[in-house]
Amino acid sequence: MYKIAVVGDYDSIYGFATLGLDIFPVTSRKEAEEKLEHLAASKYGIIYITEALAAECKKTIDKFQEQLLPAIILIPGVFGNTGEGVQGVKLSVEKAVGSDILFSNN
Amino acid sequence: MASTQVNPTRMELTKQKKKLVTAIKGHKLLKDKRDELMRQFLDLARENMALRLKVEEGIKEANKNFVIAKAGMSEQTLNTALMAPKQEVYLDAGKKNVMSVDIPVFQSQTRTADANDIYSYGFAFTSGDLDGAVKSLADILPDMLKLAEIEKSCQLMASEIEKTRRRVNALEHVIIPETQQNIKYITMKLDESERSTQIRLMKVKDMMLEEAHHYKEKDRERAYGAG
Repeated sequence: MYKIAVVGDYDSIYGFATLGLDIFPVTSRKEAEEKLEHLAASKYGIIYITEALAAECKKTIDKFQEQLLPAIILIPGVFGNTGEGVQGVKLSVEKAVGSDILFSNN
Repeated sequence: MASTQVNPTRMELTKQKKKLVTAIKGHKLLKDKRDELMRQFLDLARENMALRLKVEEGIKEANKNFVIAKAGMSEQTLNTALMAPKQEVYLDAGKKNVMSVDIPVFQSQTRTADANDIYSYGFAFTSGDLDGAVKSLADILPDMLKLAEIEKSCQLMASEIEKTRRRVNALEHVIIPETQQNIKYITMKLDESERSTQIRLMKVKDMMLEEAHHYKEKDRERAYGAG
């Protein structure tokens, strides 16, 4: 049985706690990377992370991209949408097809 | 010219021919795999993008609601209200095999069946906005789980497609032409050596006949006799 984690700055994620997801507020990049490693090693199937934080610890996230679990998913934080998540989808299309043929016009 | 040195022997020729057959068969299969993966991936990617936009919009709305809720209450009250969540979400993670790619299948379970357990506080000290904010976030949760499943599948399939595409290209542009070149080289070498053996045998035969019958001497004598 897996659990779901939400990582990010406290203001962006405190609401998820009421839904029953485990929240892990972090402030620095180092802390976030350690937390991600730790969560991935424990029983967490999905890790939601705010886009702002994800941009800082891209390397750690990329490491888990080829693994089945955990799924690390970007969500917008309280400070707005950076477009990083949408970019991620475009990147995977680019990786598979060679160029972004689906969403290049928007 | 083949880049690798091959021995021009019959055994090597058979080996190379077998290799070519396997390579062509493999190439065809991998190409089929790539095409099918690509077809499924494109559908999935479209779905992924639509879902992501929806989830991002939902979270944005929820965040807005939370900010409003926070504005109407003191920080302490809010923190106390959210301190002890009643609900818990568990995840059943299975996997599905799509064209040899394992993609995750998530099934969520909540600890209690009551949908109202997301409100982990008494309603006396909190503003109504908070209820709305929590509700809006709860509404987007199923989509978030679906997004996690689809986005992860997309990532996994994308890297598999990339790998398969490389393999297809390597077979098509390197292995197959190289093997064909090798086969050609060996065939030509073998033909060449066969011809030279033939010539040698003819020459030897000539020499042996000469030794036995002395044709040249007789020719010369006949020439003198006539003259």
